[in-house]
Amino acid sequence: MSVRPVAEAVKELSMLKQKEMIAGNYELLATAKEKGRKVVSTFVPGNLNELMMCFDVVNNLPEINAIQNAMRKKSGAFIMEAEKRGHSEDVCTYVKADLGSIAKGNLGPDGRPLPDPDLLLLSYTGCFTFMKWFELLREQYKCETAMLHVPYEGDGHASKNMRDYVVKQIKEEVIPKLERVSGVKFDIDRLRQYLKESAKTEQDFVWVLESAKNKPSPIDAYFGGVYYIGPIFTAFRGTPDATEYYRLLRAEIAERVAKKQLPVTPDGEAHEERYRLVVEGPPNWTSFRDFWKMFYEEGAVVVASSYTKVGGIYDQGFRHDPDHPLESLAEYCLGCYTNRNLPARIGLLEKYMTDYEADGLLVNSIKSCNSFSAGQLLMLREIERRTGKPAAFIETDLVDPRYFSPANVKNRLESYFQMIEQKRQGAKAPASAAE
Amino acid sequence: MTTTAEIVSRCQDLFDDLHFTYAREWKAALPGRKVVGFMPFYVPRELIHAAGALPLGVLGGGDQLEVIHGDAYYQSYICRIPRSTVELGVTGRLDFVDGMLFPSICDVIRNLSGMWKVMFPKVKSRYFDVPQNYRDDVGGEFYVNELKELKEMLAEMTGRAVSDEALRASIALYNESRRLTREVYAFRAKQPWKAPSAEVYLLMRAGQTLAVEEHNRLLKEYLAAAAAEDRPKRDNSRVVVTGVFCEQPPLNLIKSIELAGCYIVDDDFMLVNRWEKSDVAVEGDPLKNLAHAYLHNSNNTSAKYEPSEAKKGLYLVEAVKSTGAEGVIFACPSFCDPALLERPMLQHVLAAHNIPYIAFKYAENSGQMQPIREQAGTFADSIKLWSNQ
Repeated sequence: MSVRPVAEAVKELSMLKQKEMIAGNYELLATAKEKGRKVVSTFVPGNLNELMMCFDVVNNLPEINAIQNAMRKKSGAFIMEAEKRGHSEDVCTYVKADLGSIAKGNLGPDGRPLPDPDLLLLSYTGCFTFMKWFELLREQYKCETAMLHVPYEGDGHASKNMRDYVVKQIKEEVIPKLERVSGVKFDIDRLRQYLKESAKTEQDFVWVLESAKNKPSPIDAYFGGVYYIGPIFTAFRGTPDATEYYRLLRAEIAERVAKKQLPVTPDGEAHEERYRLVVEGPPNWTSFRDFWKMFYEEGAVVVASSYTKVGGIYDQGFRHDPDHPLESLAEYCLGCYTNRNLPARIGLLEKYMTDYEADGLLVNSIKSCNSFSAGQLLMLREIERRTGKPAAFIETDLVDPRYFSPANVKNRLESYFQMIEQKRQGAKAPASAAE
Repeated sequence: MTTTAEIVSRCQDLFDDLHFTYAREWKAALPGRKVVGFMPFYVPRELIHAAGALPLGVLGGGDQLEVIHGDAYYQSYICRIPRSTVELGVTGRLDFVDGMLFPSICDVIRNLSGMWKVMFPKVKSRYFDVPQNYRDDVGGEFYVNELKELKEMLAEMTGRAVSDEALRASIALYNESRRLTREVYAFRAKQPWKAPSAEVYLLMRAGQTLAVEEHNRLLKEYLAAAAAEDRPKRDNSRVVVTGVFCEQPPLNLIKSIELAGCYIVDDDFMLVNRWEKSDVAVEGDPLKNLAHAYLHNSNNTSAKYEPSEAKKGLYLVEAVKSTGAEGVIFACPSFCDPALLERPMLQHVLAAHNIPYIAFKYAENSGQMQPIREQAGTFADSIKLWSNQ
């Protein structure tokens, strides 16, 4: 092993804050019915959290529930339950984990039942499966559904037509349904206030992500990154809690930068940064810690990742804009990572490779996520061609433990790290020869 | 009179030709002609036609194309059609195609649109989005503007502006195509022994390649020839085949279903041929007419959102009832998100209407038909034995 045993992990204030926020939302969900609160289920990419808050509804995110179940090793049984009920082994495991969980009582991570939604808000951003998932949930719950069709940026940018279409749907479809379900009248000034709060949060969030440009990087922008995106991508963007979380996080990381510390891992602080990587694709959730360990044990630190952009590409300049509230929401939905075309995704990864001085690109290809996965082999080739840096490809799944093969993944990673070493030696050799 | 055998032989030749000789010759016949490829499930071919270009359906490589390069671009868990389409591209079989349209059907085809831009930068490629909101003032307006953008792209490619008049004439031609297609389907539903599905399939597939004027003539000839010929009527069960709207099954699979004792009386092969259920209006603003037809008068498929839970899947029940079918075969390509995610919902609707069904998966290069024959044969027998009890 290339790293020394690491120091004992200490929970930082930001971690405690996030834990408290997540527990708080599950508390709201568990008690929503007795307290007369309406529940709206929606998806992470392109979610309209600030708008939903204007109607005092509680936000339930099926993807997050599936992740929570995966990290608690429960998703495998749920997936098999869904397959037993006729869902194909070929399709998205988030969907099956969700449907299987519903079939088995739909308990939240705190062990209490999750409430049935009053509205399914389908923010159809960057993933075809979302549409079918919500049709399947509608069949289950027989509740009202609001469909927000977000056009795909096929030419790599959002056109006026796309923006107008999304704004119109928000006005004509989403807001009226939220008003009807919640009984609360829409107040645009309230929305402006939340968006203002979001913009503050986004500023700190970007600072956090970009701290990985330091050498050594104080953060892991993939494994650690999934914690950092938690509040801003889910039910908390636009809340003072989220602002406070990112303030705390930024301060903690600033301290790490000043002390030239490496990222915090589940085993404490990493001690070495041998390889700086950019990672494309979501992580595996069922063996999340084992997966992560394969990196930090070898001194590999992820300095930028595409997964931390599925809920918005803030580091390229987007901010929610209180002066143009609905237009800004539309812009946000359109600009999420998987709603961008392949050339735009390749361009972004190439930029990260340069900006973050990465040694290589690693693609974690997810079996059941075609939105991410289809085309990744071409992306890999293009990045290698453009940057001259080595790239590698591993395959896992989101929440299906059957598709995480630790020996295979570890083997490939080790080979990849050797490849990076060889490339470095090769780069040094001509200089040595000249001496 | 031309016989069905002659017509089918012509269609089979077009089907087998993975170098697209017809389209190449069509293009070479006059200087400046352009060919625009499109993938399933739908594009407004009228616009391509009105721009003076040939719309060419690109439906993968089938079971006759050896995929070597294409596999290097896709993981094992992604369906076959994009890899064989890439194979067609990188082996130069599509080198005469000037534009490619990738409709909004799933994430794989969506991402292929971007891959095409990277791999074939000289080809004008466009992801073609369609509305999932069916209000004229919301989704309709969006769609009209998308059509305008497509029109501009085509005009730039062909160097020929698309006038309203030209577009109306193209709509009229495609209305005729759809009418004839509906007639063929109605004929087969009424007398399926006279129009075997493998024949109908080839005939419809020819419409993906031939110029619409020529295909319309072929449809008319087939209708006349099929009606005039006597063929033995078998005691087959009548089934609807669904799920085959994108990656196409091998022709042998279609033949196997019929050989196993099932007459296919409706299907969703090549939906683009009869996407609009009746004529698109010719008078007035042609783009608005196309949008109106898409929003209010088009078929259903799993790539399309159904806003009403009460109506979900009823189109399949209606297909069964209107054709006198006795059961449904779900034939879905492996790893096909739209078909496989939709399937349980459709099965629940069929069960609620006491319509029997079976399901299997295939790939465009599936070679082993024995399991399909056994499954379809057992299904046909079970319908005969139990459906009236």
